[in-house]
Amino acid sequence: MSDKLKINDFVVRFANVNGTGSASANLLFCKAIFRMGIPVTPKNIFPSNIQGLPTWYEVRVSEKGYLGRRDGIDLMVAVNAQSMEADIKSVHPGGYLLYDSSKKLPDHYKRDDIHFIPIPLMEICNETYTDARLRLLFKNIIYVGALAELMHFDFTVFESLLGDQFKGKEKLIAPNLNALKLGSDFIKANYKGTFDLKVERRDLLKDAIMTDGNSACGLGAIYGGATFAAWYPITPSTSVVEAFMEYADEFREEKETGKRKVAIIQAEDELAAIGMVIGANWNGARAFTATSGPGLSLMNEFLGLAYFAEIPLVLIDVQRTGPSTGMPTRTQQSDILEAAYASHGDTRHILLFPSTPKECFDLTATAFDLSEQLQTPVILMTDLDLGMNDHISEPFSWDDSKEYQRGKVLDYDDLEEIQRFGRYLDVDNDGITYRTIPGTHPTKGSFFTRGTSRDEYAAYTENSPAYQRNMDRLVKKWVTAREYVPSSQLYQNQHSSEYGILFFGTSQYAAEEAMDMLKEDKILVDGLRIKSFPFDQIAIDFLQNHKYIFIVEQNRDAQMKSLIMIELGISAEKLISVLNYDGLPITATNIVHQITHSLERVEKYTTV
Amino acid sequence: MTFIKPKFRHPDLPKNKLGYTLSFYEGALSTLCAGCGHDSISAAIIQSAFEMNIEPHKLAKLSGIGCSSKTPTYFLGNSHGFNSVHGRMPSVATGANMANKDLIYLGVSGDGDTASIGMGQFVHVIRRNLKMIYIVMNNGCYGLTKGQDSATADNGSISKAGIVNQFQAIDLCGLAIELGATFVAQSFSGDKKQLIPLIKAAMAHNGFAFINVISPCVTFNNNKGSTKSYDFVRDHLEATGTFDFVPEMEEITTNYESGEKHAIKLHDGSLLQFNKLDNDWDPLDRFSAMKAVHQAREKNEIITGLLYLNQGAMDLHELVNTCDRPLNTLKKEDLCPGNGALANINAGLR
Repeated sequence: MSDKLKINDFVVRFANVNGTGSASANLLFCKAIFRMGIPVTPKNIFPSNIQGLPTWYEVRVSEKGYLGRRDGIDLMVAVNAQSMEADIKSVHPGGYLLYDSSKKLPDHYKRDDIHFIPIPLMEICNETYTDARLRLLFKNIIYVGALAELMHFDFTVFESLLGDQFKGKEKLIAPNLNALKLGSDFIKANYKGTFDLKVERRDLLKDAIMTDGNSACGLGAIYGGATFAAWYPITPSTSVVEAFMEYADEFREEKETGKRKVAIIQAEDELAAIGMVIGANWNGARAFTATSGPGLSLMNEFLGLAYFAEIPLVLIDVQRTGPSTGMPTRTQQSDILEAAYASHGDTRHILLFPSTPKECFDLTATAFDLSEQLQTPVILMTDLDLGMNDHISEPFSWDDSKEYQRGKVLDYDDLEEIQRFGRYLDVDNDGITYRTIPGTHPTKGSFFTRGTSRDEYAAYTENSPAYQRNMDRLVKKWVTAREYVPSSQLYQNQHSSEYGILFFGTSQYAAEEAMDMLKEDKILVDGLRIKSFPFDQIAIDFLQNHKYIFIVEQNRDAQMKSLIMIELGISAEKLISVLNYDGLPITATNIVHQITHSLERVEKYTTV
Repeated sequence: MTFIKPKFRHPDLPKNKLGYTLSFYEGALSTLCAGCGHDSISAAIIQSAFEMNIEPHKLAKLSGIGCSSKTPTYFLGNSHGFNSVHGRMPSVATGANMANKDLIYLGVSGDGDTASIGMGQFVHVIRRNLKMIYIVMNNGCYGLTKGQDSATADNGSISKAGIVNQFQAIDLCGLAIELGATFVAQSFSGDKKQLIPLIKAAMAHNGFAFINVISPCVTFNNNKGSTKSYDFVRDHLEATGTFDFVPEMEEITTNYESGEKHAIKLHDGSLLQFNKLDNDWDPLDRFSAMKAVHQAREKNEIITGLLYLNQGAMDLHELVNTCDRPLNTLKKEDLCPGNGALANINAGLR
């Protein structure tokens, strides 16, 4: 057994029963490490269930600041009898198992290559508390206290954390602190074994915040000026609109009247949700919806209408594991092609790929500008990992001097000046035409919006050249869009390798770590993170100027690779997929393994 | 037949209070079949908007897909229009209405668009009491795909191809009353005298106003044995009364035929006056209205007129408590909390 000290560098997994209050205790543990200034990343691996099924919470602590998931569990906190046997098996050799020893562990669960840390959690609770609910809840807090003792936490962090958590309910602080102490005291008095996972206070996080992407999207919609949201509840997107509601309560009440500067409608299904959002945007309000894969499938017909009728809208797709119902509580990046080409006929949609909560905030707000400037749907492609897990992120910031970009909208005075309004007339030769909002002018500017072909003056037509002119103009608009969308992020000033690695969204965390690991193995790869579709010139150059490009994505069918091949005509031989589609966030070791394996193959072929 | 709509209008044509002639409320030339009931309904909408002195840009017309949904092109050419996707007009109307509470929303749908593919949205827009006028041009068949039965085709009705419909019809008015619609009327495309005051009253109603208009399809469903043919409908009409809509402040000049006179004061102060022919039924009583609808069904009659009215319910804007200013007029200053507010939010996330 290794007794090498691991300071600020380990993975703890909590195995709990869903619905037993473990989430807040586990978050307390994670947040305490965050407050000690140490990079930490939690992943909630939860079932599609409200109560009773096994649920896991994985916390990675990384002094080096690697915030992706890491394989190999150094410490398992096993308090769920259902999954105990498998949980014990999953601990890394040399690791630790903290478990509830109120009941004797079956002999065949024992392993010689890991350390067992028994705590009679249930017994302690039964002795201390009479109320059944308290027994259940404080069991979780007691193991956090035990861990804190084992890992040498600074206990003052808990005092401030609980103080913040129970602001206004101060009498709850002391019982929680007491439960932490029960755990800590038990370890002090009873555990004499080794323990080499330690935390030490650092100041590595500066002004960073810790939050989830969905809340950040909800806040971004507030800042972006959304006044209407329509939605249908679906995991993992539900908390986007719930966050929007909470922030709306805070920021969108009209002081004088108590009335609200926002309307939020829970629709009967996703079809209605997107229909409402189209209606509101058509009528000049900034409106959005949030959904996940199955909802996006349902929205396809309406997305085609919005594309063809040129109606702005913002759609937040929090991707989960498909197809069909798939694994609704696991993560994936598998809606790329569906979103890019949603709906029948020739359609193409703007996609944005945030990686952090800060980017969820920024890009949601930006999406409203883009969709109105380009008069077309903008789909924010986030995922369950980013949306529902807490992430360390740059703090939110907003440039107060920035105005909302409402795009080409004619007002009363504009209409007074023009001779004849043509809704689909390409006046500026950029493919983007001028629109009017109902109610603007009594005699000028009205037009008929339809999904059927029409001429430049919005009159119904089945004239072939008129139809084709319009379709070609939409392509011109698409080319214009390249100038508007956020640029890709390059990881080097100059290319230093003939190999490139391309990634997007939540793969960023593991990919950045993988690049470092490869460097240690003397394998140099240039990095690029894509932030939008259509692809910008930076991405195009990167793809053209490397011999081989590894494309990291979290789906089975290499959807981003397909999109790059289709849109940019890059040959399949150049593009090597690095895939992960087991429903868990991708890890750096997985990427490194796949890349080195591919390199061996590539070299074999090229040297023959 | 001409394909160009003449633009010339006699200069002495009567004008409404806004100074517009009736022609100002017309739309493009209809491309529906000659004699289509839908064109009569379009004409009734034009007449109603003219008489109600509606500023065309203060009304938005919306529709789904189908023959009926094509009609917004043929009326109110100076209003914004939106021909959306099949069965989904109510959702688009909901969003549009939420964005700007100051406009009138006129939705047009058909029996396929409402009673089949759009049933879900129809049901839910009623539930929310969205302030809009929802007109179904109901011909019991799918016109644009050449005459298949729709869900409002009566059991036993015979199609042009000679096939007897074996399925129960969905009674849209009965359903609307059951769901709590706040204004439910039924009429016939051939009865302009009744339809126009109903549309005008619907425009004055503060909530969801539903008008189911039986509108025979001359091409695919006007045969012997069809219960939506002109002949059958005329023979089975059972008017609940004669109606007249009197706007607020206007002198009441209408002469009534004998019968029991009633007047309902609408939300905006206008009056809907009517002579009631059936003494058992009270349009302000939901149970009574339901009973009337059920009895008519039993007797194979098509009951017409304002069947039910409830002016006490809050509309969707009141329910979600939106501010008085339309949401689409709010500016960055109204909406964006600014960088200052982020300091607190960031602090709460550390």
